[in-house]
This record gives sequence, structure tokens and C-alpha cells, in this order.
Amino acid sequence: MRRLLGLVAATVAAIILVASGQVSAAPVPAKLLKSTADHSKFKALDQEFASGPEVTKACLSCHTEAAKQIHQTQHWKWEFINPDTKQVLGKKHIVNNFCTSVKSNEAACNSCHIGYGWRDDKFDFTVEENVDCLVCHDATGKYKKPSGFAGLPVTKDTEFPPGSGKIVRGINLKEIAMKVGPSRRTTCGGCHFNGGGGDGVKHGDLDTSLEAPNKDLDVHMDTEGLNFTCATCHKTGGHQVPGSRYAPTAMDKNPAHIRGVADKSNPTTCQACHGQAPHKVAKLNDHTGKLACQTCHIPAFARGGQPTKMFWDWSTAGKLGPDGKPMVVKDDDGYDTYMTIKGDFKWAENVKPEYIWFNGTVNYTLFGDKIEKGDKPTAINNFEGSATDGKSMIWPIKLFRGKQQYDPVNKTLVITHLAGNDDTAFWKNLNWEKAVATGMSSENAKFSGKVDFIETYSMWPITHMVAPKEKAVGCVECHSSGGRLEKIDGIYIPGRGSDHAAWLEVGGWAVAALALLAVLGHGLGRFFAYKRNR
Amino acid sequence: MSRVYIFKRFERFWHWSQAALILLMLITGFEVHGSYAALGWQKAANLHTLAAWALITLWAFAIFWHFTTGEWKQYIPTSEKIVAVMRYYAFGIFDPNAHHPFRTTQLTKHNPLQRLAYLFVKLFINPLIWISGLLYLYYHDLGAYGIGNQGGVQLGAIALAHTLAAFLMLIFLIVHVYFATTGHTPLAHIKAMITGWEDLEQEAR
Repeated sequence: MRRLLGLVAATVAAIILVASGQVSAAPVPAKLLKSTADHSKFKALDQEFASGPEVTKACLSCHTEAAKQIHQTQHWKWEFINPDTKQVLGKKHIVNNFCTSVKSNEAACNSCHIGYGWRDDKFDFTVEENVDCLVCHDATGKYKKPSGFAGLPVTKDTEFPPGSGKIVRGINLKEIAMKVGPSRRTTCGGCHFNGGGGDGVKHGDLDTSLEAPNKDLDVHMDTEGLNFTCATCHKTGGHQVPGSRYAPTAMDKNPAHIRGVADKSNPTTCQACHGQAPHKVAKLNDHTGKLACQTCHIPAFARGGQPTKMFWDWSTAGKLGPDGKPMVVKDDDGYDTYMTIKGDFKWAENVKPEYIWFNGTVNYTLFGDKIEKGDKPTAINNFEGSATDGKSMIWPIKLFRGKQQYDPVNKTLVITHLAGNDDTAFWKNLNWEKAVATGMSSENAKFSGKVDFIETYSMWPITHMVAPKEKAVGCVECHSSGGRLEKIDGIYIPGRGSDHAAWLEVGGWAVAALALLAVLGHGLGRFFAYKRNR
Repeated sequence: MSRVYIFKRFERFWHWSQAALILLMLITGFEVHGSYAALGWQKAANLHTLAAWALITLWAFAIFWHFTTGEWKQYIPTSEKIVAVMRYYAFGIFDPNAHHPFRTTQLTKHNPLQRLAYLFVKLFINPLIWISGLLYLYYHDLGAYGIGNQGGVQLGAIALAHTLAAFLMLIFLIVHVYFATTGHTPLAHIKAMITGWEDLEQEAR
């Protein structure tokens, strides 16, 4: 009996061992990298780096053409000349209605430049070592370019601002350099999720919730599903990243891209993969003649739990707290609604977009253009389009409204020196006249000495946070009166009351009602005649 | 009491299935139009399209049947007794001693007013609904044939014609349903449409 029990126990133990994989026939092969190069084995990277440019030098020792490629890009130049409007755009030039301008604030803003040391006009755009490889290729999540250092990483613990007692911790560039890889959602997102100075502030359809989104938030980037990175759509060639919003593709009538076919069309559009007839139901495909895919497939932006800024009023900036110091007022969720240095904000989550006709042309009000304070806010940028130009589609946008400083005498937008550890920076001294004077002199521009505030708006295309098809906008949300497309002119939308001919609506129902009354009256007459004559 | 077989089996099938489809299309159509919310827009639109194809198929068979059986002649307008029929519906119907001036037979199953009304439905309302409906459904593809947007035919104009036809159909339906009750008993005509047999009113008691 005991022997039998022993045999049973031994058999059971053997089965468990086999099942748990402890007894296996063949050794597990070492997991191979997909890449042909393991950067941790490179001698050139196995050294202590004192600065960013030193790392770049090491990168370029193998990737000989990389910096030359980067030098050609919008990411490097922060300049874009619109081929149609000839407007000179890009962060280097435009004035927006968030922090208004990069100019005279380079040391702070340019922590998001893919270069090292763009502090002022003297930055040399031709130096190869000034290219920052790590900001896009860091795979550790440890790479940081703190604001105030003109895009340079900090390698030794540094007190910043000097005399403030606050310490910026140094990072180990060697560790980061030895683990570089392709760009990922977090590298692109480091800047693009934080545009406008913080998480989700600017775009509405881009925030840190996209670092690891679920299917509901983004059907393509879903970490459990397709798991796209930004570059899956924004597919680069020679470091050129397609899909800039300065000259977007509003209408794409090209077929889906196919391997082996030289496609010149924008690879970031929905159609570049999905083609022209993506729906199984023919009636839905009919909609692609007038509607951008995004209009139905992105029911709302800021859906990932992170609100986006919808309104920014600079005119209220400067009020000090009860202690006589700059203050911050927060809402119940912990988001700033007032800052002494920035004014009032409004945040919103799950925002239904506004809808407009858009043909891909964006017109900017540039620094120097004449603007007039009136009933209507000034357009920082305006998306052009109409029902009839043959180039427009109905697009969802985020409309960002604000009130910002301008020169009421010369009637222009102004450049404001906000950030800096000096006597004129607004964030330090809260004096508009001084701050604008410094900002304007950095551009050698005329300034009257007076500062007033003007209402503005800017438009942002909504194109990320694509929902799964079950969560797309339902028919009735547009096919109704007062629906999402109520303000869209130039087309007939079945179900929208404002498209109806009043004479037919009134006349039709009136005649039908009269007919009903007449037959009821006639019937009643017959009934009484029948009763009387019985 | 004498009776006459006036509605054959196909005719009755055609009539009632057409009635059901038209009712469904009116209910769903006016929802698509935005007059009210009932089934939900998407469901209404889908049902409307489905019913449209069913009705078009039915009409194809009905037209074939009308011509092969010669029944189309039932709709040839006539002025004979038309004033008398109108006078009957206006006055005589309230008088227990008055009789309908028209006698139903297999060769003339419709009175002169019916003939006119049905002819108007068949030659005006139905084609208007049918053509405007198909243009509505295939509006997106019209451009390829040079009509559509570039050809100057706007969806709004197509929808207007379709809506007008829908109102006409609604008005016809109201009056038609009421007239169905004006036989010598309120259910006489309706029974005939179900069984095919019409009881003839007895002459002078």
C-alpha cells in the first residue's frame, strides 16, 4: 500500500513538473532583437557624456547622414512656408493664443526643439552636433530637457533658476544612449502631448492618455490591440515626418497606399490605409463625398481623462494673492483656473468638436498684420472652405478662444517676453509694457508702448483619438434639427428642419389635417343621420 | 342578397401588402424627414429603404398583372355618372332612402370618382415618389451621370419633390381609408377587399 502511494505521488509530481515547464526537451533560444544593432554593444556609446552634443557626435560616427536629414525638417527649422499662401509659418514665426510666441522666450520654449542650445538669434542651425537624437530615440523614458535650458539636458544637479534653491537633477546620458531605439508614443508625446505648456493644453486630441490608450480612446493605438505608435501613421522617410497641420490634407481622393506603388499622397490620412469605400453599407460610403472620416469617427476629443484648455484670458493676469505673492487657483479636479502669471483658463473633457467646411488652406494672422478690435474675435488662424469650392470636407475642430495682449496703437499682435530670469520677463515682474517692449525689440519691431487685450480664436484639426466603429457618431446626431452639423451651410441634410421648405411643411400638414377633419365630419354626419332614421 | 367576385387573389395580396408598405414608409419617411423621433433615425432610414425595394418589386409585378389581365382598363376615366356620384357623397349618403348611383360589376369595379383618384395615384403620386426616391437614394452616384450636384440637380430639390409626394400619399391615404367605410355597411368594402366578394346593396326595399 505504501509503495503504491509512493508510486502515485511520484507520478503526480512528475506530471506537475512537466506541466510547469521545469522539465523541457529543448533549451529555449535566446530572444533575438528585431533590430540588427544592439546599441549597448557599441564602443562609441560606452563613455561618460558631459553634454547632449557629445552624444550626438557619437551617434553621427555611425549614422553619418542623420544630422543632415534633420537639418531639412520642420522639426529642426520650426519654419514652414505654405506653398499656396506663401505665408511664413512655424513656431519660429507665428503668434498663437496660448503662450503667444517662442520669440524672446527661446530658453524656455525650446526645451521642445530637437536641438541643443537655441537660446536666441545666434543659434547656429548648420552645426550637426546641435541635433538632439535622444529626444526622439530615448527608450528609457529618463531623457529630459528642462524648460529654461534652451533644449539642453542637464547632466549635473543644477540650481535653477539660480538662487531659487530649486535643484534640477542631472541625468545619465550614457545609460540613455546605450538603449536608444525607434521613436515611441512617449517620445513624440513628450512635446506633442504637452503642447501649450502642459498635458493636453493645446490640441484636445493629443495628451498623455495616448501613451497607453485602450480601444475606446484610440482604436489604432490600443495597447491591447493594434498598438500603433505615432510613426505607424506618421511614417518617416529620411527623418521627414509627414502630416503637419500647417498644410493639412483636407480631402484625400487617392486609393489606399500599396507596397510597390510610388504614392505621393499624404500617408497620414485615413484614406491612405482605408481607401475610398471603407464601409460595408453603401450609404455610409456615400458620406465620404462630403465628410472627413474624423467627423463621425471622433465623437469627442479630450476623452482620455485629461481635460484640454478651451479658453485663456491673459487680460486678468497680474492679480496677487492675499500674501502679496503670485497665486494659483485650482478647480476641484486640481486644474489651474487662474494663475497670476497667466490669467484665467477654462478646461473641458469629452468635448464635442465644432464642425466647419475645410479645404486644407489655413490662413494665419501673422505678427505685423493689422488687426482691429471689434465685435468678432480676431482669427489667429482660420480654416478656409465652403460647400461649393469642390475641395472642402466637413471637419471637426477644436475652437480655442482667448483674450491676449496686442498693441492698440499700431494694431498688431505683439511678442511678449514671458520667461526669463531678468528685469523685464512678465512671469517675473508682471509688467506688460516692459515685457512687450523687450519682446518686440527682439524682433526689431515697432511698439507704441501701450498694451491692450483683444479677443482671439484659433482652430485645431481633430484627427486623433479615433473611436471604435461602435462608438462612432450616430446618424441622428447630424440628421436632426439642432444636431452637430446644424451650422453647416450649403448642403441638404435629411432630417434637419432648417433645410425644409416652410410652404410644404405648413401646407402639407395643414391639408392632411383638413382632410382628416373633413372625413371625420362627414362620418359624424353619417352617424347622426343613421341614428335619426332608425 | 346577390354578390359579385371583384377582387382576385393577386389583387388582394397586392392591395394589402402595398397598404402595409406605404404605411411603414410614411411612418419611417417622416421620421427620416425630421418630423418626429420614433424608431430612431438609423432604423427608420434602413426600414424605409428596405420597404422601398419591396414596394418597387411589388409594383413591378402589379404593373405586369394590370397589363396582362387588361385590368388597367378599370382606371380609364369616365364622366358618366360622375356628378351623380359626387352628389351622392355630398348629400345622398345622409339620406336612408338614397342609393349609390353606381353599380359595381366585374368589368367596372370602381366608381368614376375612384377611377380618377386611383389614376392620379398611379400616374402622378407613385411615379413622383418612385423617381424622386431613387434619385434620393442614389444621389451620391448621380454626379457620375452628369446630373447630381454638378448637373444642377440639388439634393434639396429631390427631397422637396419626395416630401411633396409623401404628403399627397398621406392625404390620399386618409381619404381612401375613410371612403372604404362608405359602403352600404361601414365594413362592406373592407370585407370585399379581404374576401374578394362584394355584397351588392339590395335595390328598393
